[in-house]
Amino acid sequence: MIEQLPILVIVIPLMAAPLFVLIGNRKLVLLLTQLVCWTVFGVAVSLLSRMQYGPISYELGGWPSPYGIVYNVDYLSAFVMVFVSGLGAIVITYAPRSVDKEIHHSKHSLFYASYLLCMTGLLGMCITGDLFNVFVFLEISSLSSYALISLGKTRRAPLAALHYLIIGTVGATFFLIGIGLLYQMTGTLNMADIANRIQAVEGSRTMLVAFAFMTVGLFIKMAVFPLHTWLPNAYTYAPSVVTCFIAATATKVSVYAFIRLIYVIFTPQFAFEQLPLDQALMAFSLVGIFVASAAAIYQTNIKRLLAYSSVAQIGYMLLGISMSNVGGLTAGITHMFNHALIKGGLFMVVGCFALRIGSLKLEDLRGAGKTMPLTSFAWVVGGLGLIGVPMTAGFVSKWLLLTSALSLELWPVAVLMLLSSLLAVVYIWRVVEILYFSPASHLAQTAKEAPMAMLIPTYVVIGSTIVFGCWTVYSAGIAQAAAKSLLGISQMGGVQ
Amino acid sequence: MTPENLIWIAILLPLVAIALVFLVGEKSPNIRESCTIGVAVTLFWVTTSLAGFVFSGERPSFKMGEILPGFEIAFTVEPLGMLFALVASGLWILTTVYAIGYMRSHHEKNQTRFYACFASAIFAALAAAFAANLFTLFVAYELMTISTYPLVTHHGDEKAKKGGRIYLGILLSTSVAFFMLAIAWTWTVAGTLDFTPGGILAQPNIDGKISDFQLSVLLGLFAFGIGKAAIMPFHRWLPAAMVAPTPVSALLHAVAVVKVGVFSILKVSVYIFGIDLISETRLSEGANPIMMSDWLCYLAGATILLASLVAMTKDNLKARLAYSTVSQLAYITLGAALATSDSVIGGGMHIAMHAVGKITLFFCAGAIYVGAHKTNISDMRGLGRAMPLTMGAFLLATLSIIGLPPGGGAWSKWFLALGTVQTGHFWLLAALMVSSLLNIAYLIPIPIRAFMTPVGETPMKFKEAPMMCVVPLCITAVGSVVLFFFGNEIYDVLLPIATSAR
Repeated sequence: MIEQLPILVIVIPLMAAPLFVLIGNRKLVLLLTQLVCWTVFGVAVSLLSRMQYGPISYELGGWPSPYGIVYNVDYLSAFVMVFVSGLGAIVITYAPRSVDKEIHHSKHSLFYASYLLCMTGLLGMCITGDLFNVFVFLEISSLSSYALISLGKTRRAPLAALHYLIIGTVGATFFLIGIGLLYQMTGTLNMADIANRIQAVEGSRTMLVAFAFMTVGLFIKMAVFPLHTWLPNAYTYAPSVVTCFIAATATKVSVYAFIRLIYVIFTPQFAFEQLPLDQALMAFSLVGIFVASAAAIYQTNIKRLLAYSSVAQIGYMLLGISMSNVGGLTAGITHMFNHALIKGGLFMVVGCFALRIGSLKLEDLRGAGKTMPLTSFAWVVGGLGLIGVPMTAGFVSKWLLLTSALSLELWPVAVLMLLSSLLAVVYIWRVVEILYFSPASHLAQTAKEAPMAMLIPTYVVIGSTIVFGCWTVYSAGIAQAAAKSLLGISQMGGVQ
Repeated sequence: MTPENLIWIAILLPLVAIALVFLVGEKSPNIRESCTIGVAVTLFWVTTSLAGFVFSGERPSFKMGEILPGFEIAFTVEPLGMLFALVASGLWILTTVYAIGYMRSHHEKNQTRFYACFASAIFAALAAAFAANLFTLFVAYELMTISTYPLVTHHGDEKAKKGGRIYLGILLSTSVAFFMLAIAWTWTVAGTLDFTPGGILAQPNIDGKISDFQLSVLLGLFAFGIGKAAIMPFHRWLPAAMVAPTPVSALLHAVAVVKVGVFSILKVSVYIFGIDLISETRLSEGANPIMMSDWLCYLAGATILLASLVAMTKDNLKARLAYSTVSQLAYITLGAALATSDSVIGGGMHIAMHAVGKITLFFCAGAIYVGAHKTNISDMRGLGRAMPLTMGAFLLATLSIIGLPPGGGAWSKWFLALGTVQTGHFWLLAALMVSSLLNIAYLIPIPIRAFMTPVGETPMKFKEAPMMCVVPLCITAVGSVVLFFFGNEIYDVLLPIATSAR
């Protein structure tokens, strides 16, 4: 049983999804979905807890490695799977009230099935060691998220989903073209196998083209500035629960795939020494951080504000990854986790507002601090995390990024990074002032505090941003272990 | 009780107060406030017993845990921090008593939140005072900013929002843009952030990891990054924060917030750079060498004078006191920048002297507002007859702020002046003298006019503010005089911070 754990992460939600469509009873499906999500989370945690004994390799159907598909679990993939499934589980626990209000009852079981499929795709991208398999799971998660987004209440939701579908498909196709070229040059799809054979063909133009296609394809999925245009609309018009889940996990998994691409398949030497990808990444990240944060300041819809902030935050992760040392990589991976918590939590707060106030325009949220004190306070705490105030998770990643930038003497990066985080103060505090210091709007005046069924999960996530701001053994600690193994530094060697 | 335990007890006590305040809540205000006072008294007792150990030469320390590998939350108590903790915890009791009188006569709303945030500010102040390394200090510093924001914006109106915006905007952005960068830089060159007698930057300087010029830049990042020290041009938050209720202005903007700022600067000067490094690093050679901290000395000198000049133009009493605070804080920064043993001790002393003096003045401003509903100085003529105790206390505290005996401030200013002479900064000595004259010009007329000017038509009746307000301000006024007679003791207590460097 224990050795079958890796496959369970995928099989359970994948099998459950079509079954739930058949069951059709929405209450039963809801319960079962929650059960499945928490089970998957449990499996992911137990996989992570096994990592101290070394990485796990699981051969599907017993076919040996280069021929069959292999699932690899190492620190990085286990870590990403834990927070993806964890947030998936907590969001689905939070979901019922919000789904009840925002999605037509006849579509509930389809909704929960798509949700599970989306999670399957994301987890699959993490665990698989086969490049083509990555593409397959990428498509599973993407297609199901198009469906999820289009369930939004307004008629703009299907349009946003279509926009995402077109751009997302371009991205996925680029990724597939890259895979095709790689297969042509190396004759294998197994990641480790490609990595072995890549030395022989390194430097050929085909490899460069393959790398370029795959990078751009993933950049679209990550919503790296300036390829982010699909994201604000998709996040804004999707149902609240979908936004919570996708914002917290989807882009991070693409970042994860990008880390694998650079550090496992190609090498950092290839990406950062032969190609100037590190400078390009830094430039794109910093420009993206500034532009997207500035855009966030001018938004009038709270969801869109957070969406632009997400585009900016991806920049910090890429900034860390581009440093290609343990410190930077640790910072990038830690920020994936921390930002997943913070942004997931904040979108959950937004979901509470959506339920009780019914509008997400900032002008309608005026004065909600009085009528929805707990929800509003959760926004403040989550917002402090996003700003990166000490004792919050955001500070940990910012501090890691800062110190590793300085240790590489990247002064402009360090200074720009700090300045850019001040923009977060502006857009977060703008909402805080609206919540607490404005005369109440008529919608906020009559609003009730969000139900406990939603507040408790929200506070669990928001609270965990504080916990992981004070205690980082299981966030930055695991991220560091993952970074070391990616860079081939032994766990025992105390190389900083 | 071992001093190690006293440390964490002291730091945890304000948190207990927060819990109690929330637990009791609006239901029974009397119990809620008694809880705060009870905890405050216990805290003062704990800090005094801790002071016994620290002032007799012990340096107890307590480790909370690592946030990140190499960056830990840890506390070590040394005399400077001990003095600050004593001042903060002692004045917390009096301010709470005062706040009860003030807040209730004003029927202020959200008093539960008020007392809870108050306690969390004290928590941050104690954590900063006992911090064993820059990392801990930074965490406490930022907590202080966040936890005082609801106090500054207590009234929740448009004015409070604007004031709060300036307050948070300046304090957060300076700390993130400069202070955090400075700390990370220090860590990269020195490999540690521990407060060490003699400093940690001298060795990297010898090893060539940081040049003399870079040291000066780093000092600048610290000086501007610690925005709470209100060095010009980053002083605007302090007057903006005066929208807060007066007890907040009193404790936070005369004691906790601003003193955390100058305390941090002193700590950085003494334990990160080391006063030897600051006073011996030259940026240019020659007959009149430029020292690395010269620019900061003159900037502090300019702040002292300019803020005093601005204070003269303010008719609103709290605004005048705010600019006076900006000026007085710059004295302490000057002490840190001069970096002689006398100037550093003078700076440390001034933390205590100014705290007691200035809190009295703020208490008086609040009492006048409660008792006579006056905020402008021009309306306070003849008020001495109606409020003799308040105005008498004002006069005593004024002496201390100006630096005239028998006010405690006389000693700290004396040592700071000594510092300017020892380093040959005669222009700064002149600035100190002129500033004292300016202090006289903008503070003394207030009580003098209150007592001397005959009242217009109707003689004012005796009408003091509630006892809860008047008693604390009388105690602090007397305290500012009593401190004058303990100048020698404070000097002896602080001496180790200046000599342990050698």
